[in-house]
Amino acid sequence: MDPMTLLTLLICAGILFGAVAAVSMGNVVSAVIAAGLTSLFAAVTYVILSAPDVAMTEASIGSGLSTAIFLYAINRTRRQEHEKDD
Amino acid sequence: MAKRLLIVLALFLLAMMFWEVAANYTERTALTPIATHYVAQGPDEVGAPNLVTAVVVTYRGLDTLGEVTVLFLSAVAVGLLLTMGGLDQKAEPPTPASEIVETAVQYLFPIVLLFGAYIFVNGHLSPGGGFQGGAVIASATLLLFLALPRSKLRHALLIITESLSGFGYVLVGVLGLVLAGGFLDNRVLPLGDYGRLFSAGAIPVIYTFIGLKVGAELSAVLERFKGEAS
Repeated sequence: MDPMTLLTLLICAGILFGAVAAVSMGNVVSAVIAAGLTSLFAAVTYVILSAPDVAMTEASIGSGLSTAIFLYAINRTRRQEHEKDD
Repeated sequence: MAKRLLIVLALFLLAMMFWEVAANYTERTALTPIATHYVAQGPDEVGAPNLVTAVVVTYRGLDTLGEVTVLFLSAVAVGLLLTMGGLDQKAEPPTPASEIVETAVQYLFPIVLLFGAYIFVNGHLSPGGGFQGGAVIASATLLLFLALPRSKLRHALLIITESLSGFGYVLVGVLGLVLAGGFLDNRVLPLGDYGRLFSAGAIPVIYTFIGLKVGAELSAVLERFKGEAS
């Protein structure tokens, strides 16, 4: 097996690992980070498959902005839960 | 028990679907007729070295207009929902970033903005385009928010940028209807020399509008989610 195929398979395994981790993790913040990791690996796969246009979108929106938006949302909902507890 | 059975059944059906796709997979050795047309005629008809851009902006321009509309609607919905709830008026004071991060971001912010503009202006030449450039601009905003949580965007400027670029995009499309072959035809402007910055007709103009619009929208969405940091 040539090294490129091996690398691709390894990255695909990373995608699967990230996705399963995102679903199974108990902590929401870790799950969001795992989902971002999945997108990052997917972006690398797109570059290997010579689709740089899609890779740029996936890297910036999938792993960057959406992770940040999820984290902001978690932050705000937690704060609301705190207020209800008080 | 019934729930378990349903889950197993759903998984089985999904597996059958994917098996069908995977079992019939054969690697394509030739382009489909329509792809052949794009590859052979694209440089002459559209004049963009980046064929993806030729397809996205010109051949399938209406789809892109639809995508821009979807993004606009979701940005408006986020704005509406997050302002309506009257959430967190008294947010906890955010933890300040370290001085190194703050200083670094102040130098990096304009450079990242410039890079975003570079991506969408060169959309017809190199990978990337309006959406990617806009996302990079929004990530510059995110960087700013992470380092300086108290920073505010000028909403009036964002709204004006966003509406004007949306209007400009549709205007170029309608001009295509009048001056060239149809709605969103890029031959409104001369095609120019293949591979130069000012070439490929209206594509750089359209991508500049899309880039500004997407950048402004996503930045506004980020600020809404960040909330009023007091």
